[in-house]
Amino acid sequence: MSEVIVVTSGKGGVGKTTTSANVGTGLAAMGKKVILIDTDIGLRNLDVVMGLENRIVYNLVDVVEGNCRIKQAIIRDKRYPTLFLLPSAQTKDKSAVNPSQMVRMISHLRDQFDYIILDCPAGIEQGFQNAIAGADRALVVTTPEVSAIRDADRIIGLLEANEIHRIDLIINRIRQDMIRRGDMMSSEDVVDILSLPLIGRVPDDENVVIATNQGEPLVGSNTLAGKAYQNICYRVMGEEVPFMDFDRNVSFWTKVTGIFHKG
Amino acid sequence: MFKNLLKRKSSREIAKDRLKILLISDRVNCSQEMMEMIKNDIAKVISKYMKIDTKSMEIQITQTSGKGHGIKNPTLYANIPILDLKQ
Repeated sequence: MSEVIVVTSGKGGVGKTTTSANVGTGLAAMGKKVILIDTDIGLRNLDVVMGLENRIVYNLVDVVEGNCRIKQAIIRDKRYPTLFLLPSAQTKDKSAVNPSQMVRMISHLRDQFDYIILDCPAGIEQGFQNAIAGADRALVVTTPEVSAIRDADRIIGLLEANEIHRIDLIINRIRQDMIRRGDMMSSEDVVDILSLPLIGRVPDDENVVIATNQGEPLVGSNTLAGKAYQNICYRVMGEEVPFMDFDRNVSFWTKVTGIFHKG
Repeated sequence: MFKNLLKRKSSREIAKDRLKILLISDRVNCSQEMMEMIKNDIAKVISKYMKIDTKSMEIQITQTSGKGHGIKNPTLYANIPILDLKQ
C-alpha cells in the first residue's frame, strides 16, 4: 500500500514546502516509510526547511538524466530513520524533466515507500505538470486570502482535468483574532467557496518561522501549528480527528467583544 | 450616519462576495473579449425597442443565491439603464 501525494497551491508563498516537510516528517515519526521529493527545479527549498542542505550530492535531474542511481541521490533524514529526501536541482530549469520521466521514477519508488510526497512548485507550468503526473491524491494548500483562494480554485480545476479526484484542502495561516473582528474569512467561508473536504487548519504561528530558521519541522511539537500538522498526518492516514479550537486560550471578554464585531 | 455604520460590510464579507463573482467567471472561462461581444449584442437587440445608455450598461456572471443549499447556478446579470422607453 503506497500512496503518492502532491502538495500544491498555485500561488507561491502559502506554505507548500512547510506543509510537505511537516506532513512527511509527521508520517515518518509514526513509523511510516516516507520519501519527500522536491519538484521545484531551479528553486529548491525543501532541503533547507528539512535542515538537510549540506548532505546533497546528487539530485532529481541527475536521476532522470541517468548521471546516478536513484539510491545515490536519496538522502536519509537526520532525525527519523524512515524519512528520506530526494532534492531538486538548483542550477537546471523546469524543462530538464518531463511528466513521463516523473511517472517512471515514481513507479520505481512505489514498492519501497508507504508515502511519496511531492512538493510542487508555484504556478501551472511544466513544474506543476511534472509534480502531479504520478500523483494519486492531492493536498491543496491555501491561505484565507482572495488571491490564494482564486489560484487554489484554478489548481483544483487542473487537478480534476488530470484525473486526480482525491483532493483535500489545507487552510494555512489562519488568524483567529482577525476572523473574530470580521477581517478574515473563516475556514467555513473558504470551504464553502472551494467546496473541498477540509483536511487541515493551521494557525498563523511564529513557531513556523523559528522552526524553518533551525531547519527542524515542528510537527508534533507543543505548538499550535505543530499540533495542527500532527492532526493532518492522522487524517492523511484515514483517522478521524476533531479540528482544533483556536479560540481555546482566548479570554471571555475578547469573545464577547468579538460577537459585536461580527456584525 | 448611524445607519451607514450598521450597514458597513466587514472586509471578510467583501472578500467572500468578490471571490464568488471572480471564481464564477474564472470557471466559466469567459474571456473579457467574449463578455464585451455579448454586451454589444445585447445592447443591439434592446436598442431595437428602447433607447438605452450603452456607455454605462454592465454585464456580469454571478451566482444565484437560494434555491436550496449548496446549489450554485451561474447567472448572467445585465444592468441596462433606459434613457427613453419610446423609440
